[in-house]
Amino acid sequence: MKQDVVIRTVCRLIVPFIQIFALYVIIHGASGTGGGFQGGVIFASAIILIGIAFGLPDALQRISEKTNTLLSCTGLYIYAGIGILCIIFGGNFLGYSFIPLPLDSAATRGLMAEIVEIGIGITVMAVMTSIFYDIAVKEDM
Amino acid sequence: MIPDHLTILIVIIPLLGAYTTLLAGWVKRRFCFPIAMVTICIQFCISLALLYQVMKTGPLHYNLGNWLPPWGIEYVIDPLNGFVLVVLLFLSLLCCMYSKRSIVAEIEEKKIVGFYTVFLLLVAGVCGIAVTGDLFNLYVFLEISSLAAYALVASGREKKALFASFNYLIMGSVSACFILIGIGHLYIATGTLNMADLARLLPPLYGSPLIQSAFIFFIVGLSIKTALFPLHLWLPDAYSYAPSAVSALIATVMSKMGVYALIRILFTVFTPAFIIMEIPIMELFCWIAAIAIIVGSVLAITQTDLKMMLAYSSISQMGYILLGIGIANSVAMTGGILHILNHAVMKGCLFMVAGAIIYATGLRTIDDLKGISRTMPLTAAAFFIAAASMIGIPPTVGFMSKWFIALGALESGQWFFVVIILASSLLTAIYFWRVFEYMYFREPDMARQAAVAGANDPPASMLVPILILAAACILCGIFVAVPLEVIEPSVTRLLGGN
Repeated sequence: MKQDVVIRTVCRLIVPFIQIFALYVIIHGASGTGGGFQGGVIFASAIILIGIAFGLPDALQRISEKTNTLLSCTGLYIYAGIGILCIIFGGNFLGYSFIPLPLDSAATRGLMAEIVEIGIGITVMAVMTSIFYDIAVKEDM
Repeated sequence: MIPDHLTILIVIIPLLGAYTTLLAGWVKRRFCFPIAMVTICIQFCISLALLYQVMKTGPLHYNLGNWLPPWGIEYVIDPLNGFVLVVLLFLSLLCCMYSKRSIVAEIEEKKIVGFYTVFLLLVAGVCGIAVTGDLFNLYVFLEISSLAAYALVASGREKKALFASFNYLIMGSVSACFILIGIGHLYIATGTLNMADLARLLPPLYGSPLIQSAFIFFIVGLSIKTALFPLHLWLPDAYSYAPSAVSALIATVMSKMGVYALIRILFTVFTPAFIIMEIPIMELFCWIAAIAIIVGSVLAITQTDLKMMLAYSSISQMGYILLGIGIANSVAMTGGILHILNHAVMKGCLFMVAGAIIYATGLRTIDDLKGISRTMPLTAAAFFIAAASMIGIPPTVGFMSKWFIALGALESGQWFFVVIILASSLLTAIYFWRVFEYMYFREPDMARQAAVAGANDPPASMLVPILILAAACILCGIFVAVPLEVIEPSVTRLLGGN
């Protein structure tokens, strides 16, 4: 498969578009359809596509297993961090409107929801990719 | 400021702890255990504080994201939740302490980081089930804890554990599916997922087939999760082939969570008015529980493997809890809910002892235990106390719950169930007596002499949880008034709609 020029070229072309679409889905999540989970899965699919087309080492070179672990934790910390920030400013957990930003309440809520979605997206992307790595490594052996 | 938020922190802290463990394990593997331990310690303190607050000021309500229920997710803590939380976290704490040394032999070293991460995720899941007042949220947490449990069962070196875990996964997913369909039905019928709101909206709809089928889906789904008799097939393998710390954890924490969810849905969502007047399901429940009690005991007698015997005895003990709930008068309910605590304490102790024997000698069949009391005196004594409690010998805690359930059965005129309880106590005595006799009064076989003679009581980190639980078996029996102080108001609340 590694020698197949068509697959490699098409992958190289399509991967950036998948990733941009994933980011669009994540950012769009707070105000429309989409969200962190869906976007994260789409982003992971780009990396999985690299893994399938170019082989596992190529994918690992882009996102290694350690980076993956780090990313999956980062995502959760963003989510819980925003939640706890709301508690600190006197709201309930995830009560976004309590965070004192120079914006009106709806805009603050939207902004914070987006940050939380980004956190979710990062974690989902990392976990999906690491599931793929685990399965792929098993087959190599 | 913080005291108002304890309700949510009890779920968030283990979640943060789980991922911190993952990160710390990446730096150094031995950081994992202290982090997990500290996390669960903090949670245990929070659960005690919550219980105290609930008993003092009445139920606590917490709106996630400041959205008012029924639109937002609401967390509610009443005496029942508070009690269940304290029991679960107490057991999780001891299991975590026990796991430090016991997993060394049973789990590959590189999996230890994952083990503690998943352990904390399971704890986060069960705490979530306990505190939530939202039906869909309950499902999500049920899935988190179940998925963690499947992974933990499969984490050992034992090859059979993989198959047991797969079996558990399939049965667990079927049950989750049923529960989800049940939730879907209720949502279609009422447009709400908040438990209190459902209880308010459901009464006019009690006659509708949609609600009745939702009810059946819930009952079947949760019966699989609690391993009620004909649906128990996943349980024996999962309990006996998992690493010992995991056996102790899922036999106490996970199974109790299923029972809690069942009680919640039966009595809070579908009020007693529905389950007693509309569909006479409780009678059926009692009979199934009675069959479970007897069949579980009989199957336990036929086992040769110690952990397998304990697993089958769990099926019988879950029958007691469900019998107490099924009789549904206040005395029997008190017994049933008290048995949640009792069974957790007794079975936790017994599984830990079984694990300690495997740790010290590598032996797991009952025949091999001959003469073990001489080299492992404290472990054998703890086993004796916990088993006496299982049989229901008076000063121990097991006697109290059986007494209440039997009294409740008498009060409602169902003599037959008293006979069942007595018969099952005899059967329990039979299978535990065999183990006593081997432990205390037999000489080891020639082939096993070296293994038995070379054994010692396990290291302190394993022995202390065992002894604490053994002591709890007696102390909770003598000072039974302490848990009853919490259980009685919760039973009154549950039966309140009657």
